[in-house]
Amino acid sequence: MTPPQRRWIFLVAGAGLVAFYLWGLSGLPGFGNYPGPYGFVILRVAVAQTNATGVVSAINFDYRGFDTVGEEFILFVAATGVATVLRRLRGERERPAVDEAADRDVPATSSAVRMVALLFTGPVVLAGWWLASHAQTNPSGGFQGGVMLATAFVLIYLSGEFLMVKRFNPADLTDVVEAVGAGGFVAIGLAAVAMGLPYLKNFLPLGQVPGAVSSSGTIALISFFVGIEVAAAFILIVGELLEQTLLIRHGGS
Amino acid sequence: MNTLAVHTAYTVPVGMMAALQITLLVLVAVGATAVVLIRAPVRQVLMLSIYGVLLAVLFLAFQAPDVTLSELTIGAVLLPVVILLTLAKVRKPEQ
Repeated sequence: MTPPQRRWIFLVAGAGLVAFYLWGLSGLPGFGNYPGPYGFVILRVAVAQTNATGVVSAINFDYRGFDTVGEEFILFVAATGVATVLRRLRGERERPAVDEAADRDVPATSSAVRMVALLFTGPVVLAGWWLASHAQTNPSGGFQGGVMLATAFVLIYLSGEFLMVKRFNPADLTDVVEAVGAGGFVAIGLAAVAMGLPYLKNFLPLGQVPGAVSSSGTIALISFFVGIEVAAAFILIVGELLEQTLLIRHGGS
Repeated sequence: MNTLAVHTAYTVPVGMMAALQITLLVLVAVGATAVVLIRAPVRQVLMLSIYGVLLAVLFLAFQAPDVTLSELTIGAVLLPVVILLTLAKVRKPEQ
């Protein structure tokens, strides 16, 4: 195919795309206008039905809980895939986590980076834990909290040595926590089935006060399991990448 | 332009909210363009992280705090970390 031909194909395809795009845009509801009834219905009934003032969490973990199970397992499978692809291959060897370059000094972690990382690790763990355990009361949730907990792991790496990270990240433990998190979500759904209710039906007492931490039944519990699953999955992914970058080299000398 | 301003105890004047939202939309557009135009991978990752923060603030201004938290943790922190680690693996010359 000659360049002019290619250009013509691009121009025709591009014009078609623009036409379809503009046609699609012209059919959208106006800015800030929500047409459907579903959101209004949920907003009216959600707090009374679930005792959760974090309505987004009520939707994620209760009304549309089944969708969230699927999303949970997307992450689970992704972490498994990363661990599988990044395993140590035949012909690759692990080497100690030291800089072997002879022509320059090992760049030391600057005390500014170390200081900031140390200062932030505690608050980040606290904030992540708080987010994962307050899905029922605030805009937050297990996913956000779990990811934040995983960033604490990155901060520990930034503040010191990779070996420290290895001590904080025993792979067996993260594997178990990830499995417990993912399995816990499914188990809560199956517990409802065992009681003769629909899958993931909110079967726990909802508590007396909407917006209390102890309110909302299974919503809070599921958020907790999602939190530890997400934290473990991301620690696993980042840990595998760190190991690839720092430890594993091609075989040979 | 119809904004999403809701009248609560913390109500912000509608005009002010619209100005904030339009400013953030422009900033996000500029940020996204910058991510595409910057060609040096490490700088591109840093810009991607800044873009993640901008997008998170945009979501906050459009009253989606849940999405803000997700975007902040994933888009501004973890995605750049994962890309940086990959770059480090790919760039380091083998001995």
